[in-house]
Amino acid sequence: MDSPAHDVLILGGGGAGLRAAIAVAQSAPELRVAVLSKVYPMRSHTVSAEGGAAGVVAKDDSLDEHAYDTISGGDWLCDQDAVESFVRAAPQELTQLEHWGCPWSRDASGHIAVRAFGGMRKMRTWFAADKTGFHLLHTLFQTTLQYDSIHRYDEWFATRLLIDDGRVQGVVAIDASTGRIQAITAHAVILCTGGCGRVFPFTTNANIKNGDGMSLAWRAGAPLKDMEFVQYHPTGLPFTGILITEAARAEGGYLINKDGYRYLQDYDLGTPQLKPVLRSMELGPRDRLSQAFVHEQAKGRTIPSPHGDIVHLDLRHLGEDVINARLPFIRELCLKYQNLDPVTELIPVRPVVHYMMGGVHTNNEGATPLPGLYAAGEVACVSINGANRLGSNSLPELLVFGARAGLAAADYARSAHPPSDHVEAQAADEIRRLHTLLHRKGGRRIADIRVRMQSAMESGAGIFRDAKTLCDAANEIAELQSADVSLDDHSLTFNTEWIAALELSFMLDVAQAIVHSALSREESRGAHQRTDFPARDDSRYLAHTLIYHRHGDAPRVDYLPVTITRWPPGQRVYGR
Amino acid sequence: MPELVNLEVFRYSPEHTPEPRFQKFQVPYNKEWVVLDALNYIKDRTDGSLSFRWSCRMGICGSCGVLINGEPKLSCATFLPSKSSKPIRIEPLRHFPVIRDLIVHIGDFMTKLKKVKPWIIRTNESPLSEGEFLQTPDEMERYHQFSHCINCMLCYAACPIYGLDPLFAGPAAIALAQRYNNDSRDQGAARRMPILSSHDGIWACTFVGECTQVCPKHVDPAAAIQQYKLTAALHSLKSVIAPRGAA
Ligand SMILES: Cc1cc2nc3c(=O)[nH]c(=O)nc-3n(C[C@H](O)[C@H](O)[C@H](O)COP(=O)(O)OP(=O)(O)OC[C@H]3O[C@@H](n4cnc5c(N)ncnc54)[C@H](O)[C@@H]3O)c2cc1C
Ligand code: SF4
Ligand code: FES
Repeated sequence: MDSPAHDVLILGGGGAGLRAAIAVAQSAPELRVAVLSKVYPMRSHTVSAEGGAAGVVAKDDSLDEHAYDTISGGDWLCDQDAVESFVRAAPQELTQLEHWGCPWSRDASGHIAVRAFGGMRKMRTWFAADKTGFHLLHTLFQTTLQYDSIHRYDEWFATRLLIDDGRVQGVVAIDASTGRIQAITAHAVILCTGGCGRVFPFTTNANIKNGDGMSLAWRAGAPLKDMEFVQYHPTGLPFTGILITEAARAEGGYLINKDGYRYLQDYDLGTPQLKPVLRSMELGPRDRLSQAFVHEQAKGRTIPSPHGDIVHLDLRHLGEDVINARLPFIRELCLKYQNLDPVTELIPVRPVVHYMMGGVHTNNEGATPLPGLYAAGEVACVSINGANRLGSNSLPELLVFGARAGLAAADYARSAHPPSDHVEAQAADEIRRLHTLLHRKGGRRIADIRVRMQSAMESGAGIFRDAKTLCDAANEIAELQSADVSLDDHSLTFNTEWIAALELSFMLDVAQAIVHSALSREESRGAHQRTDFPARDDSRYLAHTLIYHRHGDAPRVDYLPVTITRWPPGQRVYGR
Repeated sequence: MPELVNLEVFRYSPEHTPEPRFQKFQVPYNKEWVVLDALNYIKDRTDGSLSFRWSCRMGICGSCGVLINGEPKLSCATFLPSKSSKPIRIEPLRHFPVIRDLIVHIGDFMTKLKKVKPWIIRTNESPLSEGEFLQTPDEMERYHQFSHCINCMLCYAACPIYGLDPLFAGPAAIALAQRYNNDSRDQGAARRMPILSSHDGIWACTFVGECTQVCPKHVDPAAAIQQYKLTAALHSLKSVIAPRGAA
């Protein structure tokens, strides 16, 4: 076959994908790089990140402290070599973004301002008011526009990786606006397809977060890592799941139960103070705060609402000026979507699925075990997040590892061989599969299957799980995987139903990986809480779960020891 | 019986509905629902072929702009009106070619955005090791508002000039150019000047400010356009008195 269409093909135009693209364009202007994304890049879900991005800059702060916070926050499941190199690179990446024009909030002298964040013992979170992800994404996107070597496939949907002789050689993708299906070959592919929150019914994640890249890699033979670790954020608006950023608590917000009591003090998270205290109370880690909500609910101290029980987030004492200056988007979201003003009213909140700690297994350079395949951002698991990500670590993660994956893929592409004819046959198979699906009638509605999957995941693999709930979920997911979907829409022009059917099958894969990984890990650690195994078990599980896809069979689970450099496993201590 | 809401939704598909028409749908009224929820209700239960864009459902990704009763709006940020006697009419944004149903082609904007060079242009590079560029809150204030554009295209659908003259760069592209022109870190205003002033559109723009009225993010593109006109006018005055290239 001829030389491939691109040297480096990046799937995804969110923060990770765009950072990778710039890294390739700057370091190797002669390489043909492309960004393929199912939505226009600036619509990617990075746009919704609110609170900020962590990177050590303050004089009283140190890289070791950022590393320690990350590792203890992750309940010792982080690879410490990865964390150390991450915290070192994060400030440079954030400064780079500043040079590209990101409007980081400043102090009066014009220097970068930093704010507190959950689980962080120093103020180190850079922020652009409470629209950090929006500014970060638009800055990156606008910056990419100056590189003519970056080709874009906007609103193209990748359906399969092309593999030849064990090496990834490109993808098959649908051009949404015309329905044309095409094989796009490349020496190297970088997955930057983001997370998978939509596997659950109640999430802060956008409609596009379906775990596509996790499933693509999994089907191609790459292992997924630590998929049982799903982060619930403690403060989502009921009904919509819109996120109320942790920054609201970092600025001094209180979480109170139905009696107006700051209940976190009952869960070993410290004693309440008027002003926020780092690594204490409302600034504890997300896993512990979401678990505290469930205990509070069991005690009957939450408040019933039409959309499940809630507690209240109280920002009233911050005053209008602070709210307008530091949390303007939160005020706008409350006014627009919840019909209330946080300056004078309490905000109803409940835990909401937010982030996937697990993902495609990569090394510190973003390489997966499949030659030619790289991954960065939320789709990947390096792992710096361990069993529980700290808020504001994921934006710097996608910058640091997006850039690295870009450089590594560019290096690999320089010495790779052209794809063989084998790839054409695979593409032809895939085109047939997609056309068969397009004309499918007489099965079940996509929404039916989706709703059943989501409720199986919520009841089976939620904040607390056990063998029974997980087995039930596993059975339900298996049944749904074998169900036939039918489409109302059989046309080629912008067929969003066709794409939704493909997304649904990606999500079912991800759901299967989550449930089976969770069943296998018989301990409680971070965001994975087994009521039948309530303690952490370092003797058996100081290890990453690696789960492998097996066609028509239950997945295979394996373990990989955690890399420990300087911080032996210890107790997670907050508020004391 | 739950209260019902009537919708009239624009349908067009080059393959199956080549003659555009309005289709009526009924959805239950729910006071927490935005128009997007009603569209998704239809798609999930009644007609999976209804096509529209959306993603974040929190007014920040800019995907879901449509006309609601003739007004450009984000469908995820517009509540369903209750007890509306007339059906709610939902159409694609005007001034754009329709691909299908409520989905329009925005390639023209994407091309224009690149042309206005919306990135920091420096004549002298500063290494990262020297740290951040200092920028006081006042300096940031000068461009901050223009940096809030979510590229939702509502202003283009509202702009009478763009409707008549598709060569006009348009409100959002000019606001984004101005966002960089006003940024203390940027040294590229002179390079953006010829692109912005090369076309008459900007001069045809009046003070009416339809763009600013519909903008869901308070970007105020009309202010950007007026600011820009002023700079451009001063610049052309200077080029009369100074020798070419010296301005
Ligand atoms: C509401 C919210 C607030 C957050 N706030 C913060 C915060 O304050 N700080 C922080 O550090 N983190 C935060 N996070 C987490 C962080 O924003 C995300 O983890 C991160 O932005 C993910 O970026 P990404 O580049 O990996 O993926 P995304 O930005 O999700 O991009 C994924 C890309 O992949 C493309 N794609 C996916 N599937 C396909 C396919 N099949 N074919 C083609 N293209 C495809 C999409 O089009 C998109 O371009 C927040 C998350 C949410 C949801
Ligand atoms: S200026 Fe406002 S209306 Fe126009 S695209 Fe930007 S956000 Fe939308
Ligand atoms: S869905 Fe993102 S702005 Fe409406």
